Amino acid sequence: MQPSQATPTPPTINPKLIVPFVNSVRNVFATMVGVSTTMDRPRIKTDRAPAYDVSGIIGFSGDVIGTVVVSFQKCAAAKLVEAFAGMAVDPDSPDFADAVGELANMIAGGAKQHLGNAADISIPSVVIGQGHVITRPSDVPCVVIPCKTEVGDFAVEVSVKQLQTAGT
Amino acid sequence: MKILLVDDSRTMRNIQKKVLGDLGAVEFSEAGDGLEALTAIASTPEGFNLIMVDWNMPNMDGITLISRIREKDKATPLIMATTEAEKSRVMEALKAGVNNYVIKPFTPEMLLEKVKTTLEKLKAVA
Ligand SMILES: [Mg+2]
Repeated sequence: MQPSQATPTPPTINPKLIVPFVNSVRNVFATMVGVSTTMDRPRIKTDRAPAYDVSGIIGFSGDVIGTVVVSFQKCAAAKLVEAFAGMAVDPDSPDFADAVGELANMIAGGAKQHLGNAADISIPSVVIGQGHVITRPSDVPCVVIPCKTEVGDFAVEVSVKQLQTAGT
Repeated sequence: MKILLVDDSRTMRNIQKKVLGDLGAVEFSEAGDGLEALTAIASTPEGFNLIMVDWNMPNMDGITLISRIREKDKATPLIMATTEAEKSRVMEALKAGVNNYVIKPFTPEMLLEKVKTTLEKLKAVA
């Protein structure tokens, strides 16, 4: 353990933690939403506010701890939810949050299998509204993966760390 | 036929309803967690022809539900549909008594095919 006055080394991006999320996003949106996604280069994020207005949040525990936030532009969320659910969904209805939560659940679950042998994911929580703040573990860097679709943008914010290395 | 869909996401239950409606004349019941599912099962004495079960749900998760169902009912076809994709989880579910396992995300064709083959295989054995 380093004493707290030690200069922190700047966080770096561990591709082994991020690539599973990139692949999972592509797979979930191609398979269940019918939308192709392109990603910009992942970068370290320092501010606490999620990228956009509509956020699905999944907690990790066990071999992998931390949080993953899938944060959508509101208009992108409306169109992506419509494509996922197969019908237009009122953004103020519980079904809208439900759909956003299930997308986050599938993204986190799809990545989890590549991260650890005994990791668990939480039930999704969904926050809608401008400028909300999400608490993240302070000792885990947050990596944001900017994602683009033909109907708008979203971002996947990964702040997880492995307590044990995956068996592969 | 009667199908019980157990998933905490209503969106996911609606998607499964749309896909499995292709099996023919289906009457769907829904539950948002394992406890609701046990209530639905207890109040349906004629039983279900198929129960679809999610893993991660509040109150009672899917793996607990499967074990509870299999304590007294070895026959009703149970299919797990979940994001849990690790081999160890699939093995755990099979050990608890599921007849098949579908990993989310799935295409409509993937889901329908898995359900059809599971029901046909069980019918052939019966
Ligand atoms: Mg679930």
